[in-house]
Amino acid sequence: MRNILTIYRKELKGYFASWVGYVVIAFFAVIFGYFFYVATAIFVNQSFQSQMMGRGFPMDMNEWVIRPLMMNVSVIGLFVIPMITMRLFAEEKRSGTIELLMTSPVRDLEIVLGKWLAATTFYACVLLISALDLIFLFVYGPPDWKPILVAYLGLLLQGGCLLALGTFISSLTRNQIIAAGGTFAACLLLWVFEWVTAYETSSWARVVSYLSVLTHFEPFAKGLLDSKDVIFYLSAIFLGLFLTTRSMESLRWRA
Amino acid sequence: MIKVQGLTKRYARTVAVDDISFEVQKGQIVGFLGPNGAGKTTTMRVLTCFLPPTAGTAQVAGFDVLEQPLEVKRRIGYLPEAPPLYPEMEVREYLTFVGKLKGIPKSDLSRRVAEVCERCAIGDYRDKLISKLSRGYRQRVGLAQAIIHNPDVLILDEPTAGLDPKQIIETRQLIKGLAGDHTIILSTHILSEVEQTCQHVIIINQGKLAAPPDTVENLTRRLRGAESVAVEIETRDGVPDAAAAQRRLEQVAGVSRVIPKESRDGRLLFEVESLQGRPVRGELARAVVEAGWSLNELRPVALSLEKIFLELTASEQQGGQGGAQ
Repeated sequence: MRNILTIYRKELKGYFASWVGYVVIAFFAVIFGYFFYVATAIFVNQSFQSQMMGRGFPMDMNEWVIRPLMMNVSVIGLFVIPMITMRLFAEEKRSGTIELLMTSPVRDLEIVLGKWLAATTFYACVLLISALDLIFLFVYGPPDWKPILVAYLGLLLQGGCLLALGTFISSLTRNQIIAAGGTFAACLLLWVFEWVTAYETSSWARVVSYLSVLTHFEPFAKGLLDSKDVIFYLSAIFLGLFLTTRSMESLRWRA
Repeated sequence: MIKVQGLTKRYARTVAVDDISFEVQKGQIVGFLGPNGAGKTTTMRVLTCFLPPTAGTAQVAGFDVLEQPLEVKRRIGYLPEAPPLYPEMEVREYLTFVGKLKGIPKSDLSRRVAEVCERCAIGDYRDKLISKLSRGYRQRVGLAQAIIHNPDVLILDEPTAGLDPKQIIETRQLIKGLAGDHTIILSTHILSEVEQTCQHVIIINQGKLAAPPDTVENLTRRLRGAESVAVEIETRDGVPDAAAAQRRLEQVAGVSRVIPKESRDGRLLFEVESLQGRPVRGELARAVVEAGWSLNELRPVALSLEKIFLELTASEQQGGQGGAQ
């Protein structure tokens, strides 16, 4: 436990000690800011129109602003996550510090968990930036906060699952660019898997579509907490971390 | 303290270490000597549990590297060839991190960090970023990292590679200073380093032990065989010429071989090898003086480890080539 914490602290500090952390946060803040602006602008515009048409009741902010925004964030996540995970193992392998970790009295699993937890915490910090924008919605007409919380939980679970995948890919190479590229390709694939159901309805198509991380996020965006989706993400996280530990072990045998 | 038996490490196509066995007693400094690519690093990586052996066993302080790696790792301090440093950390921060990893209790941590900083003379650089340090200071931080948990065994992979002469001397002294408390294995391809720092030497070449592990003096004595003497003769007006001088020296009783070394500024330098157990220096001096020449210098040549090493590895290579062809 103490070892996990030691690795965790070091990794988390690493994000803020190098430019990577700030670049990722800035990148996310700009893109989310733009999406937020467009979403609210459309909402204001349409509210005016519906009032002019004579419908008295106000439009639902959760449905018209927050849900599409959350879907957007989950897509931005696909781009952000490779930047977060690329260094985790690839950098240590390149600089040789992996030898220090692997010759210290620490279990492989503890190293993997420490690194993944740090990446997930950092991703949570990135998501927190988007919450700053959402505060304004509460100032001008309070939306329901419970679905928002569920959506953030979903984002964190989805992020955790992709981060575990990215950690695994980073452990396969000593080149950060390859790690980032590979993770991005994998994230993208897991996103577009859902498209196969658009033209195929056979059972394999449904299986492939089920693997798509986005299919499982949609209920969260609506504010629905479904155990089926939670279990999907948790088992994906478990698989990713398991593969990473195995990959570290194979590092010893191949080296 | 360290017991290696029949250790073999095979990679996909090559055999890096082939059936090596040796033992290291507590408190010894052992030099691991061999040319580049001999298998030194691989052996060290097996001892530190970084790589598993293909065959054979390795034990550190009674714990097997495969069976109880955590126990082994607790007792080992390891400095790889490239010090495993995080450039974005400060020295103190880095050492604290390593200390925690090695399992030093929180209450002792800052005291241990201060101690190793003092021992490795990096106290003034405690708050500097590692990326700003010079090569020599990085090496010291690497060494500090290896001894922070006060390990029984210290494994140093080419600790002086890439340092300037002053830093090399300082690092060697540092290692010698650590000797009492720790058992040390250091690898190097520089022979004088072994002569200066180590009591015992293990010579390894192409993955095999080139000679059984021994003390440095024993090895030198055993392999010296014949005594070797350097003779310098001064010539006047071209007398004697090199051929005549050589002939005269060869006639001295007990001399087995005379090798002309160089001749310049009217000086002739020979290396004279004698038969085993026959002191010839007196005879040589008399021969030169009786011939009417003036003797400038007469000195025994200690067979350097360098020579021993070349001899050992050369015979090894001939055997290997013979087998391959």
